[in-house]
Amino acid sequence: MQFGVFTVGDVTVDPTTGREPTERERIKAMVAIALKAEEVGLDVFATGEHHNPPFVPSSPTTMLGYIAARTERLLLSTATTLITTNDPVKIAEDYAMLQHLADGRVDLMLGRGNTGPVYPWFGQDIRNGIPLAIENYDLLRRLWREDVVDWKGRFRTPLQSFTSTPRPLDGVPPFVWHGSIRSPEIAEQAAYYGDGFFANHIFWPKEHTQRMVGLYRQRFAHYGHGTPEQAIVGLGGQVFMRKNSQDAVREFRPYFDNAPVYGHGPSLEDFSRETPLTVGSPQQVIDRTLGFREYVGDYQRQLFLLDHAGLPLKTVLEQLDILGEEVVPVLRREFDSLRPAHVPQAPTHAALVAARDAAAAGTGAGR
Amino acid sequence: MTGRTLAVVSAGLSQPSSTRLLADQLAAATRDELVRRDAEVRLHVVEVRDHAHDVVNHLLTGFPSASLRSALDAVAGADGVIAVTPIFSASYSGLFKSFFDVLEPDALAGTPVLIGATGGTARHSLALEHAIRPLFGYRRAVVVPTGVYAASEDWSGGTADGALRERVLRAGAELAEQVDRRPASTGPADPFALTTDFARLLGGGRED
Repeated sequence: MQFGVFTVGDVTVDPTTGREPTERERIKAMVAIALKAEEVGLDVFATGEHHNPPFVPSSPTTMLGYIAARTERLLLSTATTLITTNDPVKIAEDYAMLQHLADGRVDLMLGRGNTGPVYPWFGQDIRNGIPLAIENYDLLRRLWREDVVDWKGRFRTPLQSFTSTPRPLDGVPPFVWHGSIRSPEIAEQAAYYGDGFFANHIFWPKEHTQRMVGLYRQRFAHYGHGTPEQAIVGLGGQVFMRKNSQDAVREFRPYFDNAPVYGHGPSLEDFSRETPLTVGSPQQVIDRTLGFREYVGDYQRQLFLLDHAGLPLKTVLEQLDILGEEVVPVLRREFDSLRPAHVPQAPTHAALVAARDAAAAGTGAGR
Repeated sequence: MTGRTLAVVSAGLSQPSSTRLLADQLAAATRDELVRRDAEVRLHVVEVRDHAHDVVNHLLTGFPSASLRSALDAVAGADGVIAVTPIFSASYSGLFKSFFDVLEPDALAGTPVLIGATGGTARHSLALEHAIRPLFGYRRAVVVPTGVYAASEDWSGGTADGALRERVLRAGAELAEQVDRRPASTGPADPFALTTDFARLLGGGRED
């Protein structure tokens, strides 16, 4: 099981001090969080991609390339890469480049983006969100898997004799997750290709996650990639911890009450009941997180959101210490002991290369 | 005997509220007419006031609480809807509108709806026609011809067989007629149901 953090990259005023970090401070904080994630023994760091204030991470591979150079083990990912407004040719190039620089420690999560005004800035239209996600990803796969591509589609200029460079590391493209909250079409897309499916699982009731993961698992089996239990599932989660749960609630409440997404709406208590948000002791976080598998089954990746709503870097790093020292070791042990042998781990580059080589040896024909 | 459900949405604020009183009269008239037509009727009353905070939270967070979810499902899955609002500033109340704003876009398409409104004076009665009827027209509901407005003077007459009573019975009969001529509702649509498959998606075969 992989554990990690994902960040939206919002620049938000700290409601307890009234101070807003500069863009530079926020960007450096994101890097510090990634380095800390590796230091405390987490597996994954994933950054959001946004092209509008108050968000800073418009250029994920620049940031991930920098983090790759300063880490050894950490798997670098995204949450999410915009498959709708990015040119699939540029995604193919950027992430293959990152794969080489990071020695394969790369995967990515694709999402559509739900901010209407962003689409036309990149020559697109949000009303085409699903068709763009379908067409662009189909092209992206071909660019990574075929050395020379002739292609014609609806949303991009045609390609003639095009070779995306560099070619993927060892000829194996990065593993892809598809992120969605409530679009069954995206679960269907992930299932069709046998890719991973990642449920946001932060701002939404668990019933959304349960239904979407259930659909993905069923369609994964339908398309012949294995049994429903063997599908590759990732979940988000949002936690804030202190030794005593009352201290956690007291410290987190002003951030919750003023947060960009749910602030000035439901109470912390209501939101904790209605969504997977857990504010309390490390043990409460352990218990709640272990409960996720009861409604999604055994899954492969758990990412936590720790650094939004204006929380200062110092606090976020303390959260990472608690996560790495007290929470994740227990979760790792418990999840792995509960996982049946036929349920795979999340694919890594090494595993994908080995699987490719085994398949080639089995048929006696390389690709 | 056919089972029918009527959702009664009442957006009155005071207790007791004349909006709820009108809603109950419209519901009873509709139910009686459906029973005469050999239907078994179940009423599901939604007091919007009880969900006021949840409605605002839904606007802010994008999802309903469990109790609001069940109220929305009751409306979306009903065979007929009775919707009654007080008139505030020449239109439906903001809370009434917000409740229907968070109801899924297609939830009322093809559903027979009876509209009602209450106010202190009969001078606001056309709000039914210029504000409330278009709202449900936009939702592609089948709004019955008679909308019922009750002003203070309608309640003060003291007799049960005044002009208001006549309008309530006529409107109830119209809603019952529309419900009766349709097959029973199969419940609210499932937003997570997969209505296509990948071959069709890849072929671009999806309405934008």
